[in-house]
Amino acid sequence: MATRVVIVGAGHAGGSAAAFLRQYGHEGSITLIGDEPHLPYQRPPLSKAWLKGEATEDDLQLRPASFYEEQSVAVRLSASVQSIDRAARQVRLNDGAAIPYGKLILAMGARARPLPAPGVELQGVHYLRTAGDAEGIKSELVPGRRLIIVGGGYVGLEVAASARALGAEVTVIEREPRLLARVAGEALSGFFHRYHGERGVRFVLGGSVTAIDGQDGRCCAVILDHGERLPCDSVLIGVGALPNQELAQAAGLPCQDGVIVNEQARTEDPDIYAIGDMTRRPLPLYGRTIRLESVPSALEQAKQAAADITGHKPPAPETPWFWSDQYDLKLQIAGLPFDVDGLIVRGDPSSARFAVFQMQGDLIQAVEAVNSPAEFMGGRLLIGARRPVSREKLADPAVSMKEVGV
Amino acid sequence: MAKITYIEHGGTEHAVDVRNGLSVMEGAIKNNVPGIDADCGGACACATCHVYVDEAWREKTGSASAMEESMLDFAQNVEPNSRLSCQIRVTDALDGLIVRLPEDQH
Repeated sequence: MATRVVIVGAGHAGGSAAAFLRQYGHEGSITLIGDEPHLPYQRPPLSKAWLKGEATEDDLQLRPASFYEEQSVAVRLSASVQSIDRAARQVRLNDGAAIPYGKLILAMGARARPLPAPGVELQGVHYLRTAGDAEGIKSELVPGRRLIIVGGGYVGLEVAASARALGAEVTVIEREPRLLARVAGEALSGFFHRYHGERGVRFVLGGSVTAIDGQDGRCCAVILDHGERLPCDSVLIGVGALPNQELAQAAGLPCQDGVIVNEQARTEDPDIYAIGDMTRRPLPLYGRTIRLESVPSALEQAKQAAADITGHKPPAPETPWFWSDQYDLKLQIAGLPFDVDGLIVRGDPSSARFAVFQMQGDLIQAVEAVNSPAEFMGGRLLIGARRPVSREKLADPAVSMKEVGV
Repeated sequence: MAKITYIEHGGTEHAVDVRNGLSVMEGAIKNNVPGIDADCGGACACATCHVYVDEAWREKTGSASAMEESMLDFAQNVEPNSRLSCQIRVTDALDGLIVRLPEDQH
């Protein structure tokens, strides 16, 4: 009998896993369980094109409803899983239904990290993770509205750019002394700080929020640790994400800031896979494990799991990569800045077209490219191949990215 | 609406109807045509939706922007008729379009 596959989580990872299983020839049943009321959709545009009204709900949807019918994928939406019974090989839903599996794929994603401050429950205070969250924020972004964004990471900066485009007044509060502190080098942080500043975004760096003040149940100001009170109409909190690993943990699967998986996306249990933002995954290129929050990583793992289940050829290992759109800037990042001992800047940051290479000797560990697709693509290939480069040539924009390897 | 035929590297053909306004990439994803990955969802950020446009259709599909050119420059097995399918918008004029897919997008 063909294997029954159950996928818990109907986001980008889970929805793609169902598609790859069918593409790779899986003939058994597939059940896709999601706790949101929506079919799988793309989250990245929620802070960008969708927020600015440049993409519709239909555009966000990964595949049309007919796809799931045609491919015999049974979808259960607005349903959450209460427990995984590994001995009986079934998952139990909140409504009591038990769904048996031959292979289980966990794709439960991550949730917004809560801000530990009184007042976060007030009306007008938002997190951004789901289409529902984005809807709430969008309704408040009108000209003149004062928005305070807590957290100067990608979510915060992307919403800042979209909110400015919609005419709102924006202040970003970041606890660290620079923006994008967790994810980008200083050169890039400084560039984004200036670029947003020139477009009217105000910044408070090195400031922590101790409370959000309310009036009649609605937020009206943010209080900082040094006592400053910043009046506002709305607040967006974007201070990172936490993996939804509790269910896996309760089922006895090893977790460490993410469910631990191998290069086939398999957990310790040979019948249970985990993919996407909820996992801690191996990264052979850098000889370590990491939890990545990115669509490309989720897709790679969806392929790994589907390939392992069907006996299909496994996908080639990828260099991690990320992207962000803000104003007219296209930021593309490849690799991760582990064990870096130097920086090479190629191009002129004041021209908004440059790339920062994070180096370890003559090897590129990561590239952060602003409006520089050749630097991103070329850098990504050189990182993946572990190919040494000439530092002099790399620093010279007149030398093609195809000529910088040695 | 345009009928678009996607031909996999192994020769399998997928003829599907794609509505105007979508991209050629979206037409493939929404119809589960294998061989187009489109990791970035159409942001011209990844070059994993590489296709070869049938010679007869090259003019009607237009030419690549500078951004797309730079991305394509580093994709695998690029030919003069290579395009990123997320950058080709579907219109009635593309009814009958034929695109071929590379062996691998990575």
